[in-house]
Amino acid sequence: MSFDVDLTGRGGRVSARFAVADGVTVLFAPSGAGKTSLLDMIAGLVTPERGHVRVAGRTLFDASRGVNLPIEHRRAGYVFQDARLFPHKRVRANLLYGAKNDRQLADMARLLDLKHLLDRWPRTLSGGEAKRVAIGRALLSKPDFLLLDEPLSSLDAARRHDAMRAITLVRDATALPTLLVTHDREEAERLGDRIILLNG
Amino acid sequence: MSDVFDVVRLSLLIGGTATLGSLPIAFLLAWVLARWRFPGKVLLDGIVHLPLVVPPVVTGWVLLLAFAPSGPIGALLERWLGVTVLFRWTGAAIAAAVMALPLMVRAMRLSIEAVDRRLEQAARTLGASRWRAYATVTLPLAAPGVLAAVVLGFARSIGEFGATVTFVSNVPGETQTLPLAIYAALQQPGGEDQVWRLAAISVSLSLGALVASEALVRRAGRGTHVL
Repeated sequence: MSFDVDLTGRGGRVSARFAVADGVTVLFAPSGAGKTSLLDMIAGLVTPERGHVRVAGRTLFDASRGVNLPIEHRRAGYVFQDARLFPHKRVRANLLYGAKNDRQLADMARLLDLKHLLDRWPRTLSGGEAKRVAIGRALLSKPDFLLLDEPLSSLDAARRHDAMRAITLVRDATALPTLLVTHDREEAERLGDRIILLNG
Repeated sequence: MSDVFDVVRLSLLIGGTATLGSLPIAFLLAWVLARWRFPGKVLLDGIVHLPLVVPPVVTGWVLLLAFAPSGPIGALLERWLGVTVLFRWTGAAIAAAVMALPLMVRAMRLSIEAVDRRLEQAARTLGASRWRAYATVTLPLAAPGVLAAVVLGFARSIGEFGATVTFVSNVPGETQTLPLAIYAALQQPGGEDQVWRLAAISVSLSLGALVASEALVRRAGRGTHVL
């Protein structure tokens, strides 16, 4: 199992249980169902009350055994809904923030079409460009798995196409176990190897 | 009356020492007040801000009690280091530091609070330890505000009068900074020219500091970095 998740948190308001194999798993749920909270709990940003998270056989959290790995040891490639690029660092420095060295920078820049953006400041990027940089930054930190939170939301049609292409490329190039959260059915069907419905 | 050059040199020495000395304390307090939640936080906040609201002469008197040879801090200094800060420039620097501290803490606290904590979280998911996230994300983003606070603190320090004159008196060449020299000149017949000169220097120094601080804050507002 790639993801073996059974979590309850936020005072019982958010809970989910699923175990899935490799590939892209889409978590599909209406807005406000706590999808982002769920990703935050898997990444370690929010501590759940009960349950466990195991990814690719590694236990990241287990309430009954008192396991709760710190965020930086979970090796999650988390692409936030709002990109969260560091505003005081240029694109190149953002991309390399979690990287051991810059050996893979050129490949990543080519894959995600970022070459011409490397010396730009984040505030000068469009929404789609920022999202691609955020995806590149997460991948260059050599994560064990990817968490994508509404990767296509807040993008116009052209940018959506752009970002969707980037995600497809990444999926095919890296084969990392991926959880993708969305409330858009088309997005879910286009990007996912399987879809899990979460109840609100 | 000491000569203008001496007064300016002493003011810069005292203001600089006070600012650099209180910088780490102010930053630590600002961090604690911005980021931590603990019982008694309101009290700490209040104590830090006291020098801003009590009459400076009271602050000076409290310092005098504390640093006098029989006072709690003064006795320790005398026993361990064999020094006293009374009537010395070091005492003037302590008075200036205490008076500047609340202003510095306020400005730094605002700039630390303004940093989006979600950026720290992003850094941590990329493998950064808590400390690396602070050092590479929070600190650089708060830096313009911290620098602005330092400049403000420096301006406040070289303008300090009430606490200084109460605590370490007005000793030419030792504790007589710009405001104290102006006061002394005012007391003397025919001191008007000296007052004009010193006042003009005071105003230029303070104005320069304010303009510098404003420029730093503006840069921070644009999301660019200074360091």
